[in-house]
Amino acid sequence: MPTIRVVLPTHLKTLSRVSGEVVLELDGVVTQRTVLDALEAKYPMLCGTIRDHVTKKRRAFIRFYACEQDFSNESPDAPLPEAVVNGSEPYLVVGAMAGG
Amino acid sequence: MSKVRVLVGTRKGAFILESDGKREKWDVSGPHFAGWEIFHMKGSPVDKDRIYVSQTSGWFGQIIQRSDDGGKTWFQPGTPAGEVNLSPEGFPMGESNKFVYDEAAAPLTTHMWYDGTQHPWEFKRVWHIEPSLSDPDTIFAGVEDAAMFRSKDGGKTWQEMAGLRGNGTGSQWAPGAGGLGLHTIIIDPSNEDRMYGAISSAGCFRTDDCCKTWKTITKGLTSLYIPDPNAEIGHCIHRIAMHPSRPNTLFMQKHWDVCRSDDAGESWYEVSGDLPSDFGFPIDVHAHEPNTVFVVPIKSDSEHYPPEGKLRVYRSKSGGMDWEPMTKGLPQENCYVNILRDAMCVDNLDDCGVYFGTTGGQVYASRNGGDTWDAIVRDLPPVLSVEVQVLK
Repeated sequence: MPTIRVVLPTHLKTLSRVSGEVVLELDGVVTQRTVLDALEAKYPMLCGTIRDHVTKKRRAFIRFYACEQDFSNESPDAPLPEAVVNGSEPYLVVGAMAGG
Repeated sequence: MSKVRVLVGTRKGAFILESDGKREKWDVSGPHFAGWEIFHMKGSPVDKDRIYVSQTSGWFGQIIQRSDDGGKTWFQPGTPAGEVNLSPEGFPMGESNKFVYDEAAAPLTTHMWYDGTQHPWEFKRVWHIEPSLSDPDTIFAGVEDAAMFRSKDGGKTWQEMAGLRGNGTGSQWAPGAGGLGLHTIIIDPSNEDRMYGAISSAGCFRTDDCCKTWKTITKGLTSLYIPDPNAEIGHCIHRIAMHPSRPNTLFMQKHWDVCRSDDAGESWYEVSGDLPSDFGFPIDVHAHEPNTVFVVPIKSDSEHYPPEGKLRVYRSKSGGMDWEPMTKGLPQENCYVNILRDAMCVDNLDDCGVYFGTTGGQVYASRNGGDTWDAIVRDLPPVLSVEVQVLK
C-alpha cells in the first residue's frame, strides 16, 4: 500500500493540529485527487480550505508541488510521480505568494 | 462586580480584552488564530461564554470557530447529523465551514459586476455573525457574496435562508469596494421573526417571517452615485443600528448620509445635520438613551481617514441633526486611521460604555457615554470588528 508524505502550509498544520509531515496510506492509483480525498478524510477540518467543498476545485491561492514540478494546473486524476508514490518525495500543499 | 469582555477581530488574529466593571485596567489575550483575518466575533446573549468567530483567509477560505468557555479554548463545530462526531484521530468533523447556496430554494442566478455585466454568485467569506437572542445554538451569518445563512446546531452545519438572495432584486446587487457582503443583521427583540439586513452595495431589507421573505426598505434614501433618485437598489449602506427598546426606529450610516427611519425602515430621512462629513462606517445607539447616537465621520470615500486628521466621535442626543464632537482622549492631530463598520459597540453598564477599533490597531473606550476616551489597547493589527459583553 503506497505511503504518501504530505507537507502542509503552517496555517493548515495549526488547523489540523499536526506538527510535521502528514503520512497517508492509499489504495490504488495515487493521484492528486486520491491524495487530497485521503487527506480530507483523515483531517476533516481541512475540507474547504484546499479545495472547494462542492466542486473540489483548487482554491485560487493554493499550489501543489512535487519533485520540483508544479502540479497545480494538472489533471487531478493524473498519476503522481513514482517518487511521491514510494514516499521518497513529499507532495507539497503550498500557500501561493500573494498580497505584494 | 460586573465583568466586561471586549472581543476584537483584526486582520491578523483575534484578541480578547477583559476588565472589571470599572473598565480602567484591561487584560489582553491573543492573538487567537494568528495570521488569519477575523472578520467578526460575537457572543451569544443567552450563554455569554459561547462565542462564535468568523476566521477567514484568502488562501484557505472560511473557518468557523467556537468557544464554550469565554474564549479560553476554541474548536471548529461540525458534526454531520447521524455521523460520528470525531475523525479517527479524534478531531472534530469539518462541516462547519461548508456554506453552500440553496439552489433548490432560490436558483443560483447572477448579480451585477463592476463593469455592468452579470457575475455568478460565489461564496467567499462570513462577514457578520449574529447569535439568536433566545437560543445559544442558533446563529445567523451574513456572507459574501450576499446571502443569509443560519445554523441551528451551534455552528456545526449551515443552511442558506434563501429568501434574501431570492427576493427578486439580486440581479441588480453590485459589490462595493470591499465586496458584496451582507454585513448587518439586526434581530428585533420584541419579535424575533422580524430582522433587518444590509448589503454593500445593494441596500437594506426586512423580513417579518424569520427570513422566508424579504422586503426592500430603501424608500427615502438618495445616493449621489445613482442617477435615479427613486432607485430601490444600489444604495451602499454601511451600517444600521437599533435601540432594543424602540425597535421601529433605525439609524443608518450610509456611504454618504446619516439617515433615520421611525417606521421599521418603510421610509428614511437624512439626519446628517451639522456633521463635518456624513461619510463614515459605524453607527451605534446609547444603551440607555434611545435617542443618543454615535458616528465617526470620515473625510470621504477615497480619503478613509478623519477630517483634519482629528479623530472625533460625534454624538447626537436628539436622534440626529444636532451633533457634538467627542474629542477628550482621542488624537486631535496627525490621525489618519479608519473605523470599519463592525468596529463600534456599546455596553449596558449604568454608565454606558462605548468602544471602537481603528485600522491603526487601537481600541478606544469611553466609560461615560462618549464624554472621555482612553486607548484600552493599541498597536494591534488593523481592527475589523469590536463587540462587548457584560458578564454579570
